[in-house]
Amino acid sequence: MPYGINETMGQYSELFMLLAAGTYTVAFIAFAWDLAKSSKALRAIDLKAAQASQPGSAQDSARVPVAAGVGDHAASAEASRSDSAGARLGGPAGRAERPTSSTTKAAGPGAGGVITADADMRYAAERRAPARVAVALTILGVLIHAAGVVTRALGAGRVPWGNMYEFLTTGAFVAVAVFLLVLVRRDLRFLGTFVVGLAIIMLVAASVAYWTPVGHLVPALQSYWLIIHVSIAVLSSALFTLTFAMSALQLVQSHRQKTVAAGGADKLGFMRLVPSALSLENLSYRINAIAFIGWTFTLMFGAIWAEKAWGRFWGWDTKEVWTFVIWVVYAGYLHARATRGWTGTRAAWLSIVGYLCVVFNFTIVNQFFNGLHSYSGL
Amino acid sequence: MSERVNLEKKSSTPATGNGLPAAKADAALPALGPKEMLRWAWTQLTSMRTALFLLLLLAVAAVPGSLFPQRPANPSIVTQYIKDNPDYGKLLDTLQLYDVYSSAWFSAIYLLLFISLIGCVVPRAIAHYKAMRSQPPRTPKRLSRLPEYGTLVIPARAGIPASDAIHGAAGLLKKRGYRVEVRDDDGARPSLGAERGFLKEVGNLVFHTSLIGVLVSVAIGGLFGYSGQRILVEGDTFVNTLVGYDQFTPGTNFQSSQLQPYSIQLDKFDITFDRESEGKFGQPIDFSAAVTTKENPDAPARQETLKVNDPVTLGGTSIYLTGNGYAPVVTIRDGAGNVAMQGPVVAKLQGDNYYSSVVIKVPDAAPDQLGFAGFFLPTAFVTDEGVSFSGDPELFNPQLTLNSYYGDLGLDDGAPQNVFELDVKDLTPLNARNLDAGGITLSPGTSYTLPDGKGTISFDGVKRYIGVDIHHNPGQLYALIFALLAVAGLILSLYVNRRRVWVRTGTHEDGRTMVEYGLLARGEDHRLAGEAEALRKLLTEEWQLDPDQGPPRTSQETPGSPGDNSTGAAATTGPATTPAGPTGPEKDQ
Ligand code: HEM
Repeated sequence: MPYGINETMGQYSELFMLLAAGTYTVAFIAFAWDLAKSSKALRAIDLKAAQASQPGSAQDSARVPVAAGVGDHAASAEASRSDSAGARLGGPAGRAERPTSSTTKAAGPGAGGVITADADMRYAAERRAPARVAVALTILGVLIHAAGVVTRALGAGRVPWGNMYEFLTTGAFVAVAVFLLVLVRRDLRFLGTFVVGLAIIMLVAASVAYWTPVGHLVPALQSYWLIIHVSIAVLSSALFTLTFAMSALQLVQSHRQKTVAAGGADKLGFMRLVPSALSLENLSYRINAIAFIGWTFTLMFGAIWAEKAWGRFWGWDTKEVWTFVIWVVYAGYLHARATRGWTGTRAAWLSIVGYLCVVFNFTIVNQFFNGLHSYSGL
Repeated sequence: MSERVNLEKKSSTPATGNGLPAAKADAALPALGPKEMLRWAWTQLTSMRTALFLLLLLAVAAVPGSLFPQRPANPSIVTQYIKDNPDYGKLLDTLQLYDVYSSAWFSAIYLLLFISLIGCVVPRAIAHYKAMRSQPPRTPKRLSRLPEYGTLVIPARAGIPASDAIHGAAGLLKKRGYRVEVRDDDGARPSLGAERGFLKEVGNLVFHTSLIGVLVSVAIGGLFGYSGQRILVEGDTFVNTLVGYDQFTPGTNFQSSQLQPYSIQLDKFDITFDRESEGKFGQPIDFSAAVTTKENPDAPARQETLKVNDPVTLGGTSIYLTGNGYAPVVTIRDGAGNVAMQGPVVAKLQGDNYYSSVVIKVPDAAPDQLGFAGFFLPTAFVTDEGVSFSGDPELFNPQLTLNSYYGDLGLDDGAPQNVFELDVKDLTPLNARNLDAGGITLSPGTSYTLPDGKGTISFDGVKRYIGVDIHHNPGQLYALIFALLAVAGLILSLYVNRRRVWVRTGTHEDGRTMVEYGLLARGEDHRLAGEAEALRKLLTEEWQLDPDQGPPRTSQETPGSPGDNSTGAAATTGPATTPAGPTGPEKDQ
């Protein structure tokens, strides 16, 4: 054992974790406020648009949130509504949900006021102050959180993923960090409440239910494969977390789009902050593809490690079973995207089921199923 | 792909030709002869929808294996489980739920899946081979219907006629990795077709084929592999022959001549215990076995270290450290005063801190055979209630507490017995807590004389033992190779983009050369717009055009730069008259 245990570092780490959880909580509130406020603002625009139905109104609304889509809509509210219904209902079934990003734009105006962000998820020159505050707070939180993870690692003298407490704290960190990284490329702030909320839950669960003092690894875990295998697993899970949220929103959004297109009332105003179902589907497909490759590596490296540790690379241990199940479900998801009649809503369901398996594997299997992997530190 | 094959077939046979294969085909079924039936079944089996269904079924079918105990992992737990659940335990067994991964139904699913896979991959590979050798598809009449479309105008003074322009464009595209064919280059409307990204499909085929490779490798391992277990006390030597194993599991096609007679001797076994952290005080944090190995009886001896996660490889097998414990060394003399048994006794772990059970069978004792059963504690403590426990894993206060028996051990009739269990049914107790003589309690260096002159037992010292698993799996290297191939194929398939580009040129009456181009993706491609932009830039540079000239290119994707957004929406909704339907990326479905 090259390093000793440093309990003081461990205590610092716990303090950082609590601080991070606190910061996240404030960020969560800001994200929620952003959703509420924006949907209110959007409703006001709607009202205005309904009153001013001459083309000039597009100019006005260009300055307020989510200009483009709404502006177009305002300009031709009635026409495009009936258009969209016609275009979508008249076309082949599921037409609007074909996984072809290039139809987005054509479907965009057609789908009328139900869409607020485009496929790139770059919003127009709007300012969402609460959202900015929320992101800033999340960044602050993730920095504190990083300090917590690093001090934990220093305290234990090894990588901080050797038991449930560490899986949870490090996993939450990776989830938030990945979210922030993706934010650089795409405006996924509508996922903020979900990701940050999940991180809070994970941190609280870690501190309350799974608290474990810094300690050495059991010999079964002393391998560089722990670093490789688990880090990729955690990263892929973080990506799956994002796509889960997006797929869930996709279902809601597509339901909403259908309702509105059929002339129903739009009861889910805040969903205007969320891109169209099709954009969600396309982006979550791309993230899922990366995560699937990551999961393939997780599976392979797990097998290699199992061969080193137990003498067989595959033995249908419970943890192995579930890793396999997750892999197959996401392979099914990728297939579904290439199978007629299975894109859109059904693919989204597969993505959701896949994530539920990930969660199940992490929580229930780690705790209640006995197997060779039973070293979750409980 | 096969879906597409499907379609073609259907349109050629109007009997089943319909968008709703299942329902309609069912209706048409009686009309089919046996041959058509087979063909119909094969098309169904190799369709994407079936593949998807089988995949999801496979995921579901794998789950019960994690819910019920599995025989291959631990047969005794299964036996116990059936005993504990008399009402449904047997039923689960008939459903093969204790052998999920070798069950008829699980095998059926994955075999069907792989048959479907082969039926899918082979025609696809042939089609792709042909596609790779044929020229890019003919230039569409209306390039403006493509998802990416743009025009450029070369002024007359540049002196680049239509045919030069097309060759210039062809050169550019070739450099960019496209396969290019120029058509009609001396006609009025020269054009070119270009295609790239054949590796996408190759990747997909490699991926799926490698999955078959992995499956076959696993099967080979099951046929020709073997595994076994052995316990080694410090000083013991294992020789790789069938009798050397405590337990041996051969593969279906195993031959004992496969065993190479190497040897491995356990010299010393060390454990480091955690003496730092509070919560885990006394937990082992390092196991290390010093061994001496010989590839074969005449080979030179080598010193090696065997650790958890760090097996020793020898004679085509790998040797893993999987367990350890203490082995008290005892000497037992019988009633006649002869040494009936001497040596270490492997104590089986029972509880915390190496609290272990001990069974000693002395069939050689005379006049009566002797048996002992009890416990070994490395650091013995006794509570106020008289319950003894082990306070530490290290040998601070080793103690052996035993009951003794005499009589017929039942070993002579040849029936196999568990060495860790003593059947006392036919034995007469000599020492026990409830007898006058009491139990036997020994610390190292002490001895005890059994009642009635049955003999003596002395506790001489303590050694450590290790449990090793020995595995030979000839398929495993191939499984790894195929798995790596699969990942490589997967990455290619997901990240190579297959694109087609067409360019057409023509000369305007006023001498300008008009260029139009269009792009089309096959499969998922979110970077098609980026490619269109890059091509436009290259062409502009090639002909030294004013970068801002000409009508804007149209793209059915959203503009790339954020600044474009508010105006971009207008710009793109303008030509939104472009029909969205048929121009989306082509999909193999
Ligand atoms: C062992 C079972 C299978 C697994 C694990 C599997 C997995 C996958 C994965 C992960 C992909 C996406 C990556 C890629 O495009 O290469 C894929 C694509 C594909 N698979 Fe499979 N597959 C299996 C069986 C099959 C079968 C039986 C068929 C044929 C019926 C098939 C046909 C296809 C096709 C056509 C694609 C390309 C989809 C596209 O164009 O995007 N696969 N498969």
